[in-house]
Amino acid sequence: MTTMTFGQAINAGLRKALDRDPKVLLIGEDIGTLGGVFRITDGLQKDFGAHRVVDSPLAESGILGTAVGMCFRGYRPVCEIQFDGFVYPAFDQIVSQVAKLHYRSRGRVKMPITVRVPFGGGFGGAEHHSESPEAYFLHTAGLRAVTPSNPQDAFLMVQQAIACDDPVMFFEPKRRYHLKGEVDLEADLSAAAPLDQARIERPGSDATLVAYGPLVPTALAAADAAADEGISLEVIDLRSLSPLDFGTVADSVRRTGRLVITHEASQTGGLGAELAAGITERCFYYLEHAPVRVTGFDIPYPSARMEQHHVPDLDRILDGVDRVLDRPNSLSGLED
Amino acid sequence: MSLAGAGPATGEKISEPWVQLLTPAGVRVPEPHYDSWLEDIDGGRLQGLYRDMVVVRRIDVEATALQRQGELALWPPLLGQEAAQIGSGRALAPDDFVFPSYRETGVAYCRGVEYADLVKVWRGNAPSSWDPYRLNMAPMQIIIGAQALHATGYAMATKFDGAETATMTYFGDGATSQGDLNEAMVFAASFQAPVLFFCQNNQWAISEPVRVQAQRAIADRPPGFGIPSVRVDGNDVLACLAVTREALDRVRTGAGPYFIEAVTYRMGPHTTADDPTRYRDPNELEDWRTRDPIDRLAAYLKSEGLFDDGFQAQVRTAADDAAAGLRAACTGLSDPSDLELFDNVYSTPHAVLERQKQHYARYLAGFEAAEGGQR
Ligand SMILES: Cc1ncc(C[n+]2csc(CCOP(=O)(O)OP(=O)(O)O)c2C)c(N)n1
Ligand SMILES: [Mg+2]
Repeated sequence: MTTMTFGQAINAGLRKALDRDPKVLLIGEDIGTLGGVFRITDGLQKDFGAHRVVDSPLAESGILGTAVGMCFRGYRPVCEIQFDGFVYPAFDQIVSQVAKLHYRSRGRVKMPITVRVPFGGGFGGAEHHSESPEAYFLHTAGLRAVTPSNPQDAFLMVQQAIACDDPVMFFEPKRRYHLKGEVDLEADLSAAAPLDQARIERPGSDATLVAYGPLVPTALAAADAAADEGISLEVIDLRSLSPLDFGTVADSVRRTGRLVITHEASQTGGLGAELAAGITERCFYYLEHAPVRVTGFDIPYPSARMEQHHVPDLDRILDGVDRVLDRPNSLSGLED
Repeated sequence: MSLAGAGPATGEKISEPWVQLLTPAGVRVPEPHYDSWLEDIDGGRLQGLYRDMVVVRRIDVEATALQRQGELALWPPLLGQEAAQIGSGRALAPDDFVFPSYRETGVAYCRGVEYADLVKVWRGNAPSSWDPYRLNMAPMQIIIGAQALHATGYAMATKFDGAETATMTYFGDGATSQGDLNEAMVFAASFQAPVLFFCQNNQWAISEPVRVQAQRAIADRPPGFGIPSVRVDGNDVLACLAVTREALDRVRTGAGPYFIEAVTYRMGPHTTADDPTRYRDPNELEDWRTRDPIDRLAAYLKSEGLFDDGFQAQVRTAADDAAAGLRAACTGLSDPSDLELFDNVYSTPHAVLERQKQHYARYLAGFEAAEGGQR
C-alpha cells in the first residue's frame, strides 16, 4: 500500500494504462509540458512522449472529434476536459458521435473513449469552474459515466474506464484531488470491483444515504454525526452514474425503508430524480417515507461567496435525514 | 514539447510585415499612412497614453497583490499587454460596443469602469459586475471564443438598425482554435458585419505556445474567410492606436469586418493560480522585457522633452491613487446576502425555484432560531 493523493492516484492509473496498451493516448489542453492545470498528467509526457500525451489546440470539440477518428483506427483516447464548464463545446461530438457510433455502425466501430472531467465546486472557483454537468450525459444513451470518491477507486476506475470498450465519462471530484488515501498500486484490475457497481461504504439500519464523487466524504461525516444522535445511516457510494446500480441501493432500502440522495448538481432532471423514481418502482412497499433529495438548487453555479449555500453540506444532509425519518426538520409543518 | 507544429518558436524574431511606429528603444518610425491617424496626438495626449498604461499596470499589480493577500480568489494579470489594450481601448468611441475576454482590464479602464467592478467577480461576489449598457461593454467572458460570435451578432443587429457604430471583440491566440471564433469570422464575412476582431497574441494559452494553435501568423487566417487583417506591434501603443482607429473607421463606414493581430507578450502568469516556470524559458521573458510597452513610450517622451520630474511625479500620484482606490473598493465590498444566489435566474416568476428558495429560507431561519445566530 502506498499513501497518495486522489490526484496522484489518477496519475498512477493513467501511467499503468499507458504502459499496458500502446494504443492508449492522452489528449487535452495543457496536459503535456504543464502536466495539466491540476497536475494530474504530471510527468507523463516526459515519460511517454508527445505522441502519447498530446497538448491539443484550444478546442474541446476538436479534442473529442479527433478522438472519434482515432477510435476508427483502434486507439483508446483519454480526453481531458480542463474544467466541467468547458465540456459544452464538445457536447455535440460526445452526444451525436461518441455516444452513437457503436449503435449506428451496428457494433462495427467501437468508441473506447474516456472523457476525464474534473467536476464540482466548493473550492471558491471562478465562473464555469465548479459545475456538475453529469445529468446531461446520463440522459444520453451510449455513454457510461462513473465517478470515484477515493484514491484507491480513482486508481482502479480510471484504468477500468480506459479498458472499457464503451465511451466513459469519468468525473473527477476536483475538490478532493488532495484527499490522501492508501492505494494498492499492484492491485489486479481483473479482481477489482466492476466499474458499474455501487459500494456500501458504511453499513447502517435507519436510512440509506446515497452519494457520489465529492459528497461521499461529506455523507460519511454526516453518518458520523447522525450516529452521535443514535441514528444509524447506511452510506452508499454510487461510483457508477450510468448505469445506476439499482440492485445495491434497492437491497439497502429494503432493509432501511428510507432513502436520502445527495448531489451538488441542480435538482430538476438530476440523478436524484432518476434514483428516486427507480427505487420507488422497485421498493414501493418497503418505503416508510418518500425518497428525499438534498441537492444544489436549480440555479447557475453561484459565485464563490455564495456557494456555501448551494453545495449540500453536513447540516443540509442531516436535515434531509431528519425529514426521511419524520423527525423535526426545516420543512416540518409545511404542506406542499 | 508539443506534438503540433513546425512553426516559429516564440521568442524568435517576429515575422514581418507588421505595423510599428515606435521601436523598442523608443525611436519614432515615420509611416505616412498610419501617421495620418495620429495627427491629434500632441505632447499632452502622448503623456496621457503613458499615464493610462502606468495606471493600468499599477491596478493590475495591486490586484495581483490583493489576490496574494487573500482578498481576491483569482486574478488574470494583463502585465505586458498595456499598449495593446490602451492603444485599442482609446481608439473606441463611446457608442461602440465591446465584447471582451477576461483579461481586458485596460480596455475596461478606458471604458470608465469603477474599481469595485474590476474586482467584484474575482472576489467571488458576483458572476459579472459592470452594467454592460453603461460601459457599452459586455460582461467578461471566460468561455474561450464565445464572445466573438456575440460581437458578430451585435454588429449584425447594428447593421439591421442602420446604426453607424462599430463592435469590437477581444480574444487571445488560444481562442483562435475554437469553433466559435472561426464561425464568427464566417458569419461576419457572410453578413459583412461591422465587427472588429482584436486578437491579443500574447504568445501563450496557459502553457501552450502559439505554435500549437497556428502554423502561420494569426493575421494570415482571416483573409481566407474574406476578412482583411493587419498585424501590429502590440507593445507599441501608438501603432495599436493608429491601426485600431483606422480599422474602426473602416468598420463603421460600411467596409465590413476587419481583424487585428496585436503581437504582444503575457509577462506574468496566466492567472495567479499559474506557475509559468514549469513551461516557459526565463530567457524568453527577459527578451520581451526589452520590448516593454511602457519603457518604450517613456524613452520616446524623454527624447521629446515630455518626461520631466513634474510629469513623472504626477503619473506616480495617479497610479498611487488608483491602487489605493482599487484596494479600498475591493476590501469595502460587502458579502452577498444569504438568498442572493436565487436572484435573476429568470426574469419572470418560476414556481419550482421559488419553492426551493422558500424552503432554503426556512432552513436558514431554523438555524437562527436554534442558535440565535448565523449559520
Ligand atoms: C471553452 C474553454 N476551454 C478551456 C478554458 C480554460 N482556459 C482558460 S484561459 C485558457 C487559455 C486562453 O488562451 P488565450 O486565448 O491565448 O488567451 P490568454 O489567456 O492568453 O489571454 C484556457 C485553456 C476556457 N476558459 N474555456
Ligand atoms: Mg494567449
